[in-house]
Amino acid sequence: MQTKVTLENLNVHFGSNHAVKDVSLDFPENSVTAIIGPSGCGKSTVLRSLNRMHDLVPSARVTGRIMLDNTDIYDRAVDPVAVRRRIGMVFQKPNPFPAMSIHDNVVAGYKLTGSLKRSDAEDIVESCLKRVALWDEVKDRLKTSAMDLSGGQQQRLCIARTIAVQPEVILMDEPCSALDPIATLKIEELIEELKEQYTVIIVTHNMQQAARVSDSTAFFYMGELIEFGLTKKIFTTPEKRQTEDYITGRFG
Amino acid sequence: MKRTPSIRLIKNGLMTLLMVAATLAVLAPLGIIFVHILKMGASSISLDFFTQIPKPTGETGGGMANGLAGSTIMIAMSSLIGLPVGILGAVYLTEYGHNRFADAIRFSADVLAGVPSIITGMVAYTLLVVPMKGFSALAGAVALALIMIPIVLRTTEEQLKLVPGTLREASLALGVPLWRTTLQVTLASARTGIITGILLAIARIAGETAPLLFTALGNQFWSRKLTEPMAAIPLQIFNFAIAPYEDWHKLAWAGALVLVVIMFSLSLAARYFGRQKRYS
Amino acid sequence: MEITKTMTSAMDRETAAAKTAFISGNKAWGDRLFRWLTLGFSASILLILLIMAFEMIKESLPAIRKFGWGFTIGKDWDPVQEQFGALPFLYGSVVSSILAILMATPLSVGTALFITDIAPKKLGGAVSSLVELLAAIPSVIYGLWGVLVMAPWLQKTVQPFLIDHFGFIPLFQGAPYGVSMLAAIFILMIMIVPIITSITKEVLTAVPTAQKEAAYALGATRWEMLRVALLPYARSGILGAVILGLGRAIGETMAVTMVIGNTPQIALSLLAPGYTMPSVIANEFAETTSKLHASVLMEIGLILLVVTLIINIMARLLIWSVTRGNSGRSA
Repeated sequence: MQTKVTLENLNVHFGSNHAVKDVSLDFPENSVTAIIGPSGCGKSTVLRSLNRMHDLVPSARVTGRIMLDNTDIYDRAVDPVAVRRRIGMVFQKPNPFPAMSIHDNVVAGYKLTGSLKRSDAEDIVESCLKRVALWDEVKDRLKTSAMDLSGGQQQRLCIARTIAVQPEVILMDEPCSALDPIATLKIEELIEELKEQYTVIIVTHNMQQAARVSDSTAFFYMGELIEFGLTKKIFTTPEKRQTEDYITGRFG
Repeated sequence: MKRTPSIRLIKNGLMTLLMVAATLAVLAPLGIIFVHILKMGASSISLDFFTQIPKPTGETGGGMANGLAGSTIMIAMSSLIGLPVGILGAVYLTEYGHNRFADAIRFSADVLAGVPSIITGMVAYTLLVVPMKGFSALAGAVALALIMIPIVLRTTEEQLKLVPGTLREASLALGVPLWRTTLQVTLASARTGIITGILLAIARIAGETAPLLFTALGNQFWSRKLTEPMAAIPLQIFNFAIAPYEDWHKLAWAGALVLVVIMFSLSLAARYFGRQKRYS
Repeated sequence: MEITKTMTSAMDRETAAAKTAFISGNKAWGDRLFRWLTLGFSASILLILLIMAFEMIKESLPAIRKFGWGFTIGKDWDPVQEQFGALPFLYGSVVSSILAILMATPLSVGTALFITDIAPKKLGGAVSSLVELLAAIPSVIYGLWGVLVMAPWLQKTVQPFLIDHFGFIPLFQGAPYGVSMLAAIFILMIMIVPIITSITKEVLTAVPTAQKEAAYALGATRWEMLRVALLPYARSGILGAVILGLGRAIGETMAVTMVIGNTPQIALSLLAPGYTMPSVIANEFAETTSKLHASVLMEIGLILLVVTLIINIMARLLIWSVTRGNSGRSA
């Protein structure tokens, strides 16, 4: 399998707190990689360093390299805005823009950069909403507020918003933690479909979910990468003691 | 040990009574002033108030049309200066202001808001009236803007801080530059709160008199240019109230009524915007 | 699964553009420009304060050179004769503000306590809104009411009463003028009560409930709880509110100018007219008789500015010390 994103000796500090310690890891292309570990293990921090979200935190310092295809996204010449266009993100809590309609939320990436052509908008909205299986539920009320949707619908809308700008990698930060089981199931099915076109990296605290949706799994503990491999192997025959303790529920 | 709880309870009741009395004593002047403005204002106001300029001494009638226009023009001008500075200054404090410099700005804004407004008038006088060799509406507007800026800055900052970080992140993650995110997501999300602050700031400067005394100066007639002295409602109320003519007192009361109605409408509007649905 | 083949040309263009920009040199110029722009607007606050201080100092230099500090103890004020003694104004400002504060403080603290801890929530909220309404009334309207309603009333009823019954005290001797130091004190008191009340309310709300509950748990009555738990905790914040009110009283111009009588004299009696620093500026600055006259008024303004700056800095520090931790004001 081809590698899409590579971490080389990634370190993240917040002030004096060393949150991610010397992590090297290859994320395979067109597959789902899950990042698991107990809370505070640095899994979200790793995810956020992948689209340079830490740039906005003054105390954060990221060292090492993160290669997207063959470019270091932390290179001085690289524009973080362009990085985020290629690496999209779905957040823990559904966060549609409250002042925008469903329609406008889908094309928000274009609207907010002032690059939306009216004639293209309808096509983008329809195709993206169809991909997240939301079209039939909302096609008659595209102009209504996105805040009237249920949590699960909102999260699918956020995924539609993310794929509308055609990223290559989609980061998901515990995307189902605020949703009920049925909504969760729908999102998981969607993740399965997304990997045909995108590289998906998902952080989850739910081990069953990691086992269900991912092809590879990385286990983090105390800011360090403990073990990385095919999901099947990690969950059946882990090599490290800590991994086994965690997935069998002995801590975390 | 035995105590007599009754003394403690009596003391408690007595103090409670005192606090109720204090509250009544505080609210009583409000009621009295309000009744006077309503009574005197309503009996003095007429259509002429809104269409006529003041009559020369000795003649009856007249209005404050030029003052209404002058106040409106100067408030608009000072908003033009003060709002961008206040709002974008607040953006810096919330988006980048995690440093000592920003703390210094916050503190200065609070301190500036406490500077007596007459000082603001003196400063605008030396900066504009002296070099331009004359009292002007422009100088008045600048003086009012200096009062407006710290108020707008602080209220806008408070509102921007309420915008959930997840909305900013959602926009940034879509590859939207920070500046566009700030203008189109953060400021747009906080707009009702920011409007509330703006309305309150306008209400505040609409009633300011002292900073206009040696900037706009006041004008018995219509002003033709922004570089001429200009009338304003508060200035006219002041001048007419201390004049010895009964007829002018009436105009002053009518002016007070109009000013109070404007201010209450502004603060009602501010409350309306302040109660709009916020973030989930 | 349906693979979307209808991905539009716009999206392709966009992606292509993004990929080129990925390593282009002109990264984030918009963000940088925006940052500097907002920084500039933000810094203008500091600039305004500095320019204010600079202008006031520059303009008062001629007067400072000519009279030094002696001018603050001179009693005679006659611009035409170039006699500039500022003591009557200093005296008037200090006396009117201090007495107004002394009267306003208990009323304000009482009202704030009523709002936060005694009244039912709805009533408290209503009183609180009314107090804010009171704070929003322009000072010229207080002045209008003061000079046309309150002063005549003082002249006809209150002052004769004081003269008749308390005339043996020097404070209440002389003729009933109406416009007087007493009128200024009353009007200032009415005007600063809402300010002190609303900040005190804020400070009291910031007191952790645990403090109150602890006192109640020990069997305290409400007043004992307020006295033992609430007031000591909020003390420095209330002091800050009072000092802020003092700053407002000293700087208050219009209402005082309209009711104090504007007579540059130092009279022991509160029934006599007086004068304050802002009032003399308001009355004379637009029509100065000489450059020196203007400069002297600037120096009075400078004194006013320095005093209010010191007062405001003190007050803000005190209020921040109480509300900062709780209201989440960023450090």
